[in-house]
Amino acid sequence: MSAAGPAARLHIDWTMCDGRGLCTELLPEALTRDDWGYPLAAPGRVRARADASNVPLTGAELGAAVDAVKLCPLLALRITGP
Amino acid sequence: MDDALWAFARVSGLVDMVLLTGSVLLGILTRSGRPLPALPRVSLMLLHRNISLLAVVFLVFHVAPLLLDAYARVNLVDVVVPFLGSYKAFWQGLGTVALDLMAAVVATGLLRHRLGRRTFRAVHWLSYAMWPLALAHSVGNGTDATSAPAVAAAVVLCVAVLAAAAWRVSAGFLETADARRGGARRDWGRP
Amino acid sequence: MSAAIATEPLAGATSGRPAGSRLFAAGAAAGHAAHLAAYGPVPRHGRDWSLAQELEASGLTGRGGAGFSAWRKFAAVDRARRPARYARRAGRSVLIANGAEGEPLSFKDATLLHNAPHLVIDGLLAAAEALGAGSLFIYAGAARLPAVAAALAERSDARHIALLEAPDAFVAGQSSAVVSFLETGRALPRDVAGRLADGGFQGRPTLVHNVETWAHIALVARYGAGWFRAEGTAEDPGTRLVSVTGDVPSEVVLEVPGGSRLDGVLASAGVAGDAVSAVLVGGYHGRWVRPSGVVLGGGGVPGGGPESGSVRPGAGVVHVLARGRCGLAATARMVEYLAGQSARQCGPCMFGLPALAGAMERLAAGRGGPELVREVGRLSGLVAGRGACHHPDGTVQLVGSALETFADDVRWHLAGQCQETGGAL
Repeated sequence: MSAAGPAARLHIDWTMCDGRGLCTELLPEALTRDDWGYPLAAPGRVRARADASNVPLTGAELGAAVDAVKLCPLLALRITGP
Repeated sequence: MDDALWAFARVSGLVDMVLLTGSVLLGILTRSGRPLPALPRVSLMLLHRNISLLAVVFLVFHVAPLLLDAYARVNLVDVVVPFLGSYKAFWQGLGTVALDLMAAVVATGLLRHRLGRRTFRAVHWLSYAMWPLALAHSVGNGTDATSAPAVAAAVVLCVAVLAAAAWRVSAGFLETADARRGGARRDWGRP
Repeated sequence: MSAAIATEPLAGATSGRPAGSRLFAAGAAAGHAAHLAAYGPVPRHGRDWSLAQELEASGLTGRGGAGFSAWRKFAAVDRARRPARYARRAGRSVLIANGAEGEPLSFKDATLLHNAPHLVIDGLLAAAEALGAGSLFIYAGAARLPAVAAALAERSDARHIALLEAPDAFVAGQSSAVVSFLETGRALPRDVAGRLADGGFQGRPTLVHNVETWAHIALVARYGAGWFRAEGTAEDPGTRLVSVTGDVPSEVVLEVPGGSRLDGVLASAGVAGDAVSAVLVGGYHGRWVRPSGVVLGGGGVPGGGPESGSVRPGAGVVHVLARGRCGLAATARMVEYLAGQSARQCGPCMFGLPALAGAMERLAAGRGGPELVREVGRLSGLVAGRGACHHPDGTVQLVGSALETFADDVRWHLAGQCQETGGAL
């Protein structure tokens, strides 16, 4: 993450997410999976508790993040500002 | 000329049946959330989508020549309104219904971000009705449906989809099923 | 709910001078006439007077658990209902009095609605006038509604307040769940993109406050910010209701000034200080503390150690655990309950809380070693912040405070014994 902060954030709507794992494949640096398959922000990314649902993204990850938003089978993702 | 159109339409129909089967199988596979050894989940999802779109293309290849072929006596209305045709009205009608369902599934699939998950999902379930209708249409309407290769092909497709459907309703279907039932913790692995 | 209410001098008053109860000044089950006799008529204010200014000056914070500034929420709705020139019209504001009280240990809202519903109604009406509100709702459990309905029927100025029966579930009182119930009939927390003030019920500016907060708003509207601040401390002005429950002579609702000492509150409830092992402050989403030297404060640093600290009152629950009772076992039961109360929408909550409950149960039963404490920590980290609402976060806070406050007993439990009960597990 640059010193200036994230380029954008990936917001996870937990009421829609079913832990299918496509986003974790597209954003392997930002996301892993928890015990039950749900996307988990990588430890280095989480500064505040809110980051767990609004995962900070680098500029280089934006393209993959847009793909993740489009491909998520549950429409559980959206990209928000930093 | 008509013979050529007729042949092209038939072959396209057979190819489309295979593509549709592929799409259904891939749809069930992506629903499970499981990757394949060489193909991550994202690739499988894109494959599902692309094969479905290819099936639309071949559906056009299947229907368009029939509209041009005078001998087939298929008009535009018959393409979307079932059971009004003059040749094998019933079996052709099944094909028409399958086409209507496919149009709905594809349209809602392409527009799902606008329509929302609920609408997209409700229409997508119709795929399970569309596929058997398409298969029945191909068996009933095909001019060589009773030949050994045709029967064998139909059986193979049927077995594949039935097996996938049985897997779909089984307890261990979802990749996450075991973990969510309190199974052993696992490392989901890097793609 | 027929919990006793204390209308004698306020408990634990830091100023040293006793004062009458503010919220129950009209007596028990006060009708409109008694209400007006106790509080006087609603004053007609001049054009210079603004409820927003009085609320800001008063420093009133929400009494539903989150403790957010009442003025800020009010101002946000006020701004939202007057959008910029070319923005879409926001629609008329919606005001909701939240009396769902899904917290099982809490009964202050039930007591307030039974005894002083007219204060709640006055608060709604005062804000409705200031905000040009279009819809007013009171949302409470089935048992609460008859008293509220009777109060509404007594008045001619409250015909337009609608009553809603809240489901009996822990998360039914969560703000977005309240709006969800209004829209769909199901009280499920939502993933909200913005604040309810900007777009809540039907996309309209929505203000949800706990019923007690509305009652205080009614009093601020009558007597002003200065009067409100005459009780309590500068950081935690005014008074609040607390439900005193657990190992107590009888469960009671007390009205206490802000910044009250916890041991003073316990004394007012007739609880002998040396019989107390620990106190759970705030409810199931609150914190365990040892009572000595602890102050009930708003927005203070979460404390609980033997030296003085302050603990956030949350939903105003003061739950007493007597000596000889195991705090870890009590906590494990609470986490089990909380896991069962998940709305089951969000994966980490739906699967993580039962796993956490299982680990706490093993800890309470002494069936594990040090890896059990690590596992509780790991699961807590997995669950926190990963849900549409703060149900997992509140649960994690409860667990964390239990491990901290009962740290000694944790070591005993890992060795198969309970320090508090003095027996083998």
